Amino acid sequence: MSITLNHFLFLGAILFTIGVLGIFLNKKNVIIILMSIELILLSVNINFIAFSTFLGDLSGQIFAMFTLTVAAAEAAIGLAILVVFFRNLGSIEVQEISKLKG
Amino acid sequence: MIILIVFLPLIGFLYCAFLGASFHERFAQLITTIFLGLSTLFSWFIFFQFLGKSDTQIFYLLNWITSGSFTVDWALRVDTLTATMLIVVTTVSACVHLYSIGYMSEDKSINRFMGYLSLFTFFMLMLVTSNNLLQMFFGWEGVGLASYLLIGFWHHKDSANKAAMKAFIVNRIGDFGFALGIVGVFLIFGSINFDIIFNNAVKFHGHIFFFLGFNVSTIDTLCFLLFIGAMGKSAQLGLHTWLPDAMEGPTPVSALIHAATMVTAGVFMVARMSPLFEFAEFTNIFVVFIGSTTAIFAATIALTQNDIKRVIAYSTCSQLGYMFFAAGLGAYNSSIFHLTTHGFFKALLFLSAGSVIQSMHHEQDMRKMGGLFSKMPFTGTMMWIGSLAIIGFPYFSGYYSKESILENAYFSSSVLAQYAYIVGVLTALLTAFYSWRLLFMTFHGESRAAENVYNNAYESPIVMTVPLAILAIGSIFSGMLLSNFFIGEKQDIFWNYAIVLAHGETHHMPFVQTLIIKSSVGVGVLIAALIYFYKTNLSKALSDNLYPIYSISLNKWYVDELYNNVFVKPFFYLSSFFWKKGDINLIDSYGPNGVSRLINLFSRGLSIFQSGYLYHYAFVMLGGLVIILTWFIYY
Amino acid sequence: MIIYTLSFYLFSGVAVLSALMVISSKNPVHSVLFLILSFVNAAGLFVLLGAEFLAMILVVVYVGAVAVLFLFVVMMLDINFVKLREGFLQYLPFGAILGIVLIIELGILFLTKNFSEMSLVEYSLIPQITSTENTKLLGSVLYTKYFYLFQLSGLILLVAMIGSITLTLRKKGKSKKQIISNQNNIDSSQSVIKKKIKIGEGI
Repeated sequence: MSITLNHFLFLGAILFTIGVLGIFLNKKNVIIILMSIELILLSVNINFIAFSTFLGDLSGQIFAMFTLTVAAAEAAIGLAILVVFFRNLGSIEVQEISKLKG
Repeated sequence: MIILIVFLPLIGFLYCAFLGASFHERFAQLITTIFLGLSTLFSWFIFFQFLGKSDTQIFYLLNWITSGSFTVDWALRVDTLTATMLIVVTTVSACVHLYSIGYMSEDKSINRFMGYLSLFTFFMLMLVTSNNLLQMFFGWEGVGLASYLLIGFWHHKDSANKAAMKAFIVNRIGDFGFALGIVGVFLIFGSINFDIIFNNAVKFHGHIFFFLGFNVSTIDTLCFLLFIGAMGKSAQLGLHTWLPDAMEGPTPVSALIHAATMVTAGVFMVARMSPLFEFAEFTNIFVVFIGSTTAIFAATIALTQNDIKRVIAYSTCSQLGYMFFAAGLGAYNSSIFHLTTHGFFKALLFLSAGSVIQSMHHEQDMRKMGGLFSKMPFTGTMMWIGSLAIIGFPYFSGYYSKESILENAYFSSSVLAQYAYIVGVLTALLTAFYSWRLLFMTFHGESRAAENVYNNAYESPIVMTVPLAILAIGSIFSGMLLSNFFIGEKQDIFWNYAIVLAHGETHHMPFVQTLIIKSSVGVGVLIAALIYFYKTNLSKALSDNLYPIYSISLNKWYVDELYNNVFVKPFFYLSSFFWKKGDINLIDSYGPNGVSRLINLFSRGLSIFQSGYLYHYAFVMLGGLVIILTWFIYY
Repeated sequence: MIIYTLSFYLFSGVAVLSALMVISSKNPVHSVLFLILSFVNAAGLFVLLGAEFLAMILVVVYVGAVAVLFLFVVMMLDINFVKLREGFLQYLPFGAILGIVLIIELGILFLTKNFSEMSLVEYSLIPQITSTENTKLLGSVLYTKYFYLFQLSGLILLVAMIGSITLTLRKKGKSKKQIISNQNNIDSSQSVIKKKIKIGEGI
């Protein structure tokens, strides 16, 4: 059977869900959270490119490129924050990061 | 002018309330007394006008309530009955104001006292000049309030506070009946304006309504309810328990309120509603019964009381009984006449007693007095005049009014007339006895007081003796001069349909009966002289031998204890039950306390969300996202 | 057609599986490696869609820079493996339910609506649509119509760079530096102290 737009969209949805699950299902370490964010952004990119192809509009790809840029920048800063946090706290286990407790 | 009469005391009160503390206390006393003096002058002026020609005038002031078919206005009605009450109220009140300047001169709250006295006078004047039942009720409640304030004037005394509360609460019970009566009158007559009621009263004569299986006459029920109010206010049998305790207030208060004015408001109300009471046969019988029984009941208690003020208080109660049974027999004019003369001589008695109390350094027990005549001749003479008036000594004022009441009782065709007559004569005997007992124990014989107290007893200052003199003139001459107008030949012209007059022939009592009356009075005086003047140890022997009778009389027939056990204790128990179980446990714990506990629990539960863990927050975000997505899909 | 279908399913299957392994593997280094695999498969999908420039960019930027950055950090932080394993199953039911609900709803959204009439096969078989290559097309649009956004993204990268340096820079401590201007402005009063000493005694 032929691959239609819906297939790509559904794939994007699956990847998105996996990314979201990864954010709060892990008790291991905080880096997994950052990686899950990358997965989410990847799924969004797949969506954009798929729409760009099937609707014949190039702006989907342009926007995907910008998303890429932003994702890279945000990964860098996220990791920097993580490093500083690790310096202060001594551990990156998710369970110990409860400084926002109110 | 009537507006000035009614409102000058109010202005006096307002001055005392707001400005009195800013100026020297002399000003408060002077201003209130002067205002009241002006009111008195104007009242006598109006009264003299009525002696010549009497017509009813109504001064419309302000519209009060307009609600559907129920309209009530503030209006002042001046007719003969009003004019009579005006002179009684204002004269006694002015004398009391003047007297209080001297009596309360050492008290530091004299400003408040004068203010309250003026307030009371205003309410009483409002009551007597009212043109409809609601305004009368306003005055009624107002005098109850003022009486509460004045009885509990020395509020640091616990007994005074309790007495004030007792007075107010017992009054309230009567007021409840009165209010029901007002509502009933509105239901039946469609209005509570006096003119409308009086003009339509005859139409409802045979009107009956069905109540709990009985056919009850409507007018009877209305008058009965109104009379319950009068019973409360005038301390008749059943609702009388507050009057002796009300003696906790200062003596001028007792003179004003519990002798001449407030307690007579009940009698006034019955006389005012006389066109209505005319058609209420059963209630009239009831009134006669209550009045006469109260008369003899109170007189029996007064025989053994040791507090000088209590004797006079029970005497008031007894005389009010006279007034009521006269009203019940249809002799409203005699009732009002006796009210007028009684106002003068009872106030005189009270104020003289006050002079005695003050000079004996606030000693009120008669067993510690005696032989004061040489020390206070003027006051003693005043007391003699008052006592002669009260027993009905010929040509004093009480003679005319009492004789007319007994005459009406003798010739009346009412069912209980004979009973009332016999009771009246017996009570006259007892009245003579206890009045002379008071005189002998206080002023004559040997002094039983402590040495230094007796030596320091002094005659009152002039500011206290002038009011006594004014009242004495009233006691002596008011009967002689006014009897023609009230009960004599000129009564039709004088009353002029203000109250209902019994239009029978003027009888004169058979000579035998007048002899019996006079001799019984004389016997009373002689017995008192025997026991208290000549053989003073006889009283002790009598009280020891007749101890049961003595103790019943001394303990006021145990009515207070009966009421306490039957009504007050269960009521306290019930209300404490409602307070503890109902209010605290039930309503508070579900209401305010419950809500605050709920909020506590709720917020504690909600704060679990603020865990600080990132994945919790992400989880919640995801949940929200899912919900929004669901909504978008299905909307 | 069959090639396309097969390759689509291959790429997407491996992508999904490696994504799953990212979030559930014990060793964080393994997680990063699985992430890299997922990226590569996504790049393959992009090629299938005809956006080959973006596919290569994905590999270069994401895999070559971001994933390697991840690897650096993971190796730098001293992580104890054993302790990190607990507590995973606590939230699994909730998470699983939520995940399933999410997938179902997104599936309802995407599978029941028809966004486009065309299918991939139709598109790829029409070469005249893509007369120029993907890269050239992108370039012609990016530097003209979207120039402003292009510059902005450059600024974003600049900010990210400054940001990370500011965050992780340690002021003092491990390195001792010289401040040259202070060195040059020294005079004898700051470095020489005169003391009077008796003969035979030390300081």
